Amino acid sequence: MAFYSTNEFKGGLKIMLDGEPCNILENEYVKPGKGQAFNRVKIRKLISGKVLEKTFRSGETVEGADVMDTELAYLYTDGEFYHFMNNDTFEQIAADEKAVGENVKWLKENDVCTITLWNGAPITVSPPNFVELEITETDPGLKGDTAGTGGKPATLSTGAVVRVPLFVQTGEVIRVDTRSGEYVSRAQK
Amino acid sequence: MQTPSDAWQPTAAFDNLRQRAALLRTIREFFYQRDVLEVDTPLLSHGTVTDVHLAAFSSAFSHSETGKPETLYLQTSPEYAMKRLLCAGSDSIYQICKAFRHEGAGRFHNPEFTMLEWYRTGFDHHALMAEMDELLQATLNTDPAEKVSYQDVFIRQLSVDPLTAPVEVLQKKAVECGLDMNAGLPDDADTLLQLLFSLYIEPLIGADSPCFVYGFPASQAALAKVNADDPRTADRFEVYFKGVELANGFYELANASEQRQRFLADNAKREEIGLPPLPVDEYFLSALASGLPDCAGVALGIDRLLMLKLGASHIQDVITFPVSRA
Repeated sequence: MAFYSTNEFKGGLKIMLDGEPCNILENEYVKPGKGQAFNRVKIRKLISGKVLEKTFRSGETVEGADVMDTELAYLYTDGEFYHFMNNDTFEQIAADEKAVGENVKWLKENDVCTITLWNGAPITVSPPNFVELEITETDPGLKGDTAGTGGKPATLSTGAVVRVPLFVQTGEVIRVDTRSGEYVSRAQK
Repeated sequence: MQTPSDAWQPTAAFDNLRQRAALLRTIREFFYQRDVLEVDTPLLSHGTVTDVHLAAFSSAFSHSETGKPETLYLQTSPEYAMKRLLCAGSDSIYQICKAFRHEGAGRFHNPEFTMLEWYRTGFDHHALMAEMDELLQATLNTDPAEKVSYQDVFIRQLSVDPLTAPVEVLQKKAVECGLDMNAGLPDDADTLLQLLFSLYIEPLIGADSPCFVYGFPASQAALAKVNADDPRTADRFEVYFKGVELANGFYELANASEQRQRFLADNAKREEIGLPPLPVDEYFLSALASGLPDCAGVALGIDRLLMLKLGASHIQDVITFPVSRA
């Protein structure tokens, strides 16, 4: 694996830290006129998702992390693993529960997700920014109600619960922003 | 990111370049009014700086008088040459020139940058700080500066005495401040003090008006005199404004043998940490031996001064072509 010196640090570089692949978010070179030069680096650990600030002495080297993103379509879960497929090569890959994490509630068959691979194995699964899911359960809305009154909870086919306007009913398909977990609109037929 | 096809373009807007020209004119007028002579000294030199934390660019000279190939170093500041002029009887002088440091680029750093350096005969560091304050008021329109000793600012901001605290106390303070070093905390007091100062003091001082910090530890004296009353400190000052380290000045060390000792100690330390020792500037040491007039001197980064004047967030906004486009 390649080693990177602090000179090569920049946002987006993937490095190993404490045995975990990390993404550099920000790098600032600090050099007092008289004194030791160092780099203040903001880092996201890619498995735990933790963001932390580390200080390196300038000139230190760190091991690069073999991390890459790939776009794969979600197929199904066998209860233990979540199976994805490359739509071009039909190659399949299985991600475990830890990699999928909370995003399991946005996984819909055939949706194309971003899978982050470390040494070829999935470490995180990111759903599309917007998904369309069917409402399996919500209270019937009151007649004449319009949007913007605070809404009501609705359970979706994947198990996710989002707040929807009162006029939206069980059986309808809605569009949700997975980054905020918020209702966007009714899906277009 | 700029596309490669744009890379020939300057990174500074022309309005900023006009402001740069106006700033240089203000500075020259400031020194003209005070009868300080503008000088111009070589950028290439046979000797170089031995400071462990400074690295010079070197170049090969194939046309020397001796016929032998020589190494010439690009100066990291015009200090040695300007002091030779002082020793030769120039009286107060200033220079605006390029300085070169073999190090990375960053928000406040370009390996090649513009420096203002000036020396005042008959001044100590306090008198020079007062003059520098006037220059900042003239160029940045600042309020009068605050002045605080290195010891007081540490006690005020971090409740620790930098002149007496043992290494373990400084390490504990660093952890308390949230410092997380990739390769573990340093185990020498000076590096710890520099980290604490840069990370946890510098951002908090000089927010409204420039802040002069003087009386650095004697171990960080560089080319300053050790203080006559408190030998734990050196007559060195730095200037900070809005999170930017702007200038570094000394009540100048005039003792040639002490200066040689400091160079030798630097070189010994270089070897200890695996860096090559460097040729000391013998012309400079001979000049000191002949007598340096009592004087104080300071170096100020012009690019940073302009950044502050314009509120620019990156040095590339105030220089034509940063190193990546040079």
